[in-house]
Amino acid sequence: MSYIWLILLLPALGVIINGFFARWVGRRGVSWIGPGVVGLAFLVACRAFFDIWALPADGRLVEEVFYTWIGSGRFTVEMALQIDPLSVVMMLVVTGVGFLIHVYSVGYMHDDPGYTRYFTYLNLFTLSMLVLVSANNFLLMFIGWEAVGLCSYLLIGFWFERDSAANAGMKAFIVNRIGDFGFLVGMMLIFVTFGTLDFTEVFHAAPGALALGGPTATLIALLLFVGAVGKSAQIPLYVWLPDAMEGPTPVSALIHAATMVTAGVYMLARCSALYVLAPFALAVVATVGVATALFAATIGLVQNDIKRVLAYSTVSQLGYMFTACGVGAFGAAIFHLMMHAFFKALLFLGAGSVIHGMGGEQDIQKMGALRRHMPVTHVTFLIASLAIAGIFPFAGFFSKDEILFSAFASGHYGVWAVAVFTAFLTAFYMFRLHFLIFHGTSRVDREMARHIHESPRVMTRPLAVLAVLSAVGGFVGIPIIYGGNKIGAFLAPALAHTEAHAPHAGVGTELGLMAFSLAVAAVGIALAWRWYLARPEVPGRIAQRYRTLYRLLLNKYFVDEIYDDLVVRPARVGSEAVYQRFDLRVIDGAVNGAGALVRSFASAIRVYQTGYVRNYALSILVGVVLVMAYYLWL
Amino acid sequence: MDTAFPLFLMLLFAGGLAGAMLAMGEFIGPKRLTSIKLEPFECGSTPIGPGRQRFNVKFYLVAMLFIIFDVEVVFLYPWAVIFRDLGVFGLVEMACFIFILAAALVYVWKRGALEWE
Amino acid sequence: MNVAAINISLGGIGPLLILSATALVVLAIDCFWPSERRSHLAYVTVAGCLVALGATWRLWGAQEAVFGRMIIVDNYSTFFTGIFIVGTTITTLLSIGYTSRMGIDRAEYYALLLFATVGMIMMAQGLNLITIFLGLETLSISLYILAGIQRQRAASIEASLKYFLLGAFSSAFFLYGVALTYGATGSLDLEHITRAVGETTFASKPLLLIGVGLMLIGFGFKVATVPFHVWTPDVYEGAPTSVTAFMSVGAKAAGFGAFVRVFSISLQPLSPDWTHLLWLLAVATMVVGNVMAIAQTNIKRLLAYSSIAHAGYVVVAMVAASALGTSSVLFYLLVYTFMNLGAFGVVLVLGRQDEEVLAIDDFAGLGRRAPALAAAMALFMFALAGIPPTAGFVGKFYIFSAAVQGGFVGLAVIGVLASLVSVYYYFRVVVVMYFMEPAGEIPLAPRSAPATVALVIAAAATLALGLFPSPFITAASRSLVAVLF
Repeated sequence: MSYIWLILLLPALGVIINGFFARWVGRRGVSWIGPGVVGLAFLVACRAFFDIWALPADGRLVEEVFYTWIGSGRFTVEMALQIDPLSVVMMLVVTGVGFLIHVYSVGYMHDDPGYTRYFTYLNLFTLSMLVLVSANNFLLMFIGWEAVGLCSYLLIGFWFERDSAANAGMKAFIVNRIGDFGFLVGMMLIFVTFGTLDFTEVFHAAPGALALGGPTATLIALLLFVGAVGKSAQIPLYVWLPDAMEGPTPVSALIHAATMVTAGVYMLARCSALYVLAPFALAVVATVGVATALFAATIGLVQNDIKRVLAYSTVSQLGYMFTACGVGAFGAAIFHLMMHAFFKALLFLGAGSVIHGMGGEQDIQKMGALRRHMPVTHVTFLIASLAIAGIFPFAGFFSKDEILFSAFASGHYGVWAVAVFTAFLTAFYMFRLHFLIFHGTSRVDREMARHIHESPRVMTRPLAVLAVLSAVGGFVGIPIIYGGNKIGAFLAPALAHTEAHAPHAGVGTELGLMAFSLAVAAVGIALAWRWYLARPEVPGRIAQRYRTLYRLLLNKYFVDEIYDDLVVRPARVGSEAVYQRFDLRVIDGAVNGAGALVRSFASAIRVYQTGYVRNYALSILVGVVLVMAYYLWL
Repeated sequence: MDTAFPLFLMLLFAGGLAGAMLAMGEFIGPKRLTSIKLEPFECGSTPIGPGRQRFNVKFYLVAMLFIIFDVEVVFLYPWAVIFRDLGVFGLVEMACFIFILAAALVYVWKRGALEWE
Repeated sequence: MNVAAINISLGGIGPLLILSATALVVLAIDCFWPSERRSHLAYVTVAGCLVALGATWRLWGAQEAVFGRMIIVDNYSTFFTGIFIVGTTITTLLSIGYTSRMGIDRAEYYALLLFATVGMIMMAQGLNLITIFLGLETLSISLYILAGIQRQRAASIEASLKYFLLGAFSSAFFLYGVALTYGATGSLDLEHITRAVGETTFASKPLLLIGVGLMLIGFGFKVATVPFHVWTPDVYEGAPTSVTAFMSVGAKAAGFGAFVRVFSISLQPLSPDWTHLLWLLAVATMVVGNVMAIAQTNIKRLLAYSSIAHAGYVVVAMVAASALGTSSVLFYLLVYTFMNLGAFGVVLVLGRQDEEVLAIDDFAGLGRRAPALAAAMALFMFALAGIPPTAGFVGKFYIFSAAVQGGFVGLAVIGVLASLVSVYYYFRVVVVMYFMEPAGEIPLAPRSAPATVALVIAAAATLALGLFPSPFITAASRSLVAVLF
């Protein structure tokens, strides 16, 4: 598979041409090159997929070593790609969904002055994401990990003229630092334990080197999970993702829904060999995952910004994927990741189409009855909503059910119950969104109503393709029927399995569970219909009666405010003087506790940087005395 | 006595040279005595007045140059002691050393550091 | 007296001789054929550097003590010599244009750069504490003058004077340390000292320890570790930017060159006695450097604190005290030379007469006005922050994994945390360049082709060392295999 380097070269070419030679190729050239290179990369990924498919199931692991990246004595790291079922699936998702979103962007960003900059970043993102998913060692993966983060900040702050956008970029950046710290320290611990960072070697050696449930295995797993929590926006580090919606909508679709935020899930699946050795860490993963799923879903119930609803929904769905990992069903997690990429990208692009057609309006209370104006957007959005709600036979039904079944079958009944309740909430808030946008009476102001239009074909065609995928994509993983779960069987050799995961529930149980979750979703949809279409006065009354709860949800449990009070404000009061003295435009207003805290400390010791030579000499002298004291008395 | 004799000769020669120079100055040099010339010699600065006055920075420059060249010339003494042992190598080495000193002197001269005004 | 025993090797000190000669030639040209514009002197300097680099290249693999064991020629010193000369070359290229704008375009400027480099090479090649001290002084005196070469600007003079006073102060400590070490071990020869320490044949342990401690202070001052760093921000801010750039990489690398040879190699048997002290020094340096950098609004002060923090990372590698640790010092200093010179280079290229671009806010909108320059600056910032795939990442990773391998996991964790903090202020520069509107249009300085070449070299090296570090890491580790003792 020596051609695999093409998959990196193509987006890299896109970056170089769009970034440095945009003047020569012109806007038209950029419109072709930006999506074109990703489309070609998709073809390469397809070829890789078929080549891997052709190999026998236990031999589906090809490593393409380009050269030795860091080599000194016993410590070597290679610049190499690993092609196995897991990475191929991720490559397909990244390039496939990425290509559609690139095409869509041609229409969506058409009038933006930063058009070429946008495509440069987007190509760079694709390149980085491909490095992340195809690396054969932790270090190379970390390169991709950092680079996708970088692109994410650049794209969140893309419209930096808006203060909120620049602040959101900074917020994402700072929150992700915490996650990166976990990843880096975890990586160090792996290096100390195994003496290598190569995936194959580490995972091969893991069962022998680490005791099941031992402290090292647990610590490594937890540290890596901290990294995943930051990148994939789980409790308590999820706060950056809703704010990240300040970026252009296709970016939200690609980076903050379909691909980058799922990197944490990918990492857990990749390291499944380590996680199965750390049952406690898995329990933590499951707990955090399911708690995030529920928590974010409840916030999503009452939000009025179309993109924020989708953002919380993303956080919630990512929680599902972590739940799957936590109960040992890594295959189900990746399956859901893939399906989620389809329908969530579709939802975001649909939302983008609505925003585009409404001239930038994002408040769903000011929409309604748009289905006549935007037929394609309406139908595709409906398909995606059905998919995420888990209605048969749409994509989400299969993947979500596999997660629920895995949780149940492995004996995590509590997790299962919460997950099912979350499924109910999901169905409810998604159809609340759907009904408020496309059905009912129009609440659009009259001036605007005349301008509402369907988006151009360059935008609606990707919607159609994604709609087809969201509708039938789930059939790659049909449960119950023997050999039906093709994706599960395909991924199996690349993943490790916990002992507990052996499904000991019968077919009857599985069918029963399916029927139950389907019923729950249907109830959710019905309730949304009743409240928001049949009797639209009900929600207001309920909000009135349970005012406290409603305000709690509307204000997202006041988490931003709590972080603000606990971290940011104390630091800020303490450094009031510094704030007046130094220019703080960059972090002003941002939820930026770490920065402010450190700044106040910095200003405290800045006092001693007086500028007088005598004080400096004194400082050196104190150092001398300390060194001497150390030697004479210690 | 044998070993001290050259030293005694050296002392005589040095003293004689110094005396001869002073004497020649006394006899040959023109004498136009003015009130300034009759003041005690203080390297060009006013000998009478408050002690904490400002000095012209040029004094320092000249002093520094003098010290640098003076100290470097001291290197000639150890070389002279083992001149025979070092042979041609020592000669070449010292030539390089003198050359660098000379180059520095030329540089200082050309730059005008030796000009008073 | 046997001349042969002295073991004269002019080839061994070839780079040193070539650079000295070039400096004299530069001075002579300006004396005898003065002209208004002096960029030709810069080209002579660059040519001399390139010849010296060639001579350095030929020394690779050599291994002998020459000039009566005053000088040692081994891969370690050759590696450092290479770093110094590359640093000087890039600095000189960057200076063209800048010096004439700032009114410091004088022959002495170039000659002093070369003399300073000679001092650095003496420090790296010193096998005797006296040679190291000579090199240290040659370097320092040149830098004192260079810092104050912009005579018409008060800040420059102030920087020079501060640096001189404190430098003399710390040199005294160093010299006293050398004397005490001599008193304890009876030798100034590093190899003899190792033997004396290893066989515990020294006179008095407290005497030796105090000597070692005082030398540590001297080196600590030169490489700017906390609490001996106080001079750094003021001097870096006041000195002309090109001199600051030169100081921040060359003097630091030279300081570490001698520091590592004296401590990690020669005083290795004594390491239980200095490791903990260096541990404390590393932590204090990383924390203070990074934390203080956050509050800075002036780019040169920011880079000054950043350079303090980077000294801290290098000390981390010294604490590890293994072969991996020491070779990571070499590699990191090589990487640091390129990325830091690059960062200063951008600041310098943007500077116009009298009004240098100094406030970080002055970079606002640079992403649009000068995309290539902004991209280069972003690259250097990411490299300094240690973000992959730049060289800074590989260097830092190498250092921290050496620390972890040496059993200093806590230190490595503190280091990683500190460098995560650093990402914040480096990233702020990028944010300002790309995400902020300039308050008023600050006109850009005219382009200078040599400076562009220098920046391209620095940027290319920063990327190349990140993507293809292997040959250099191998060279760095081979530099240690051949160390004499």
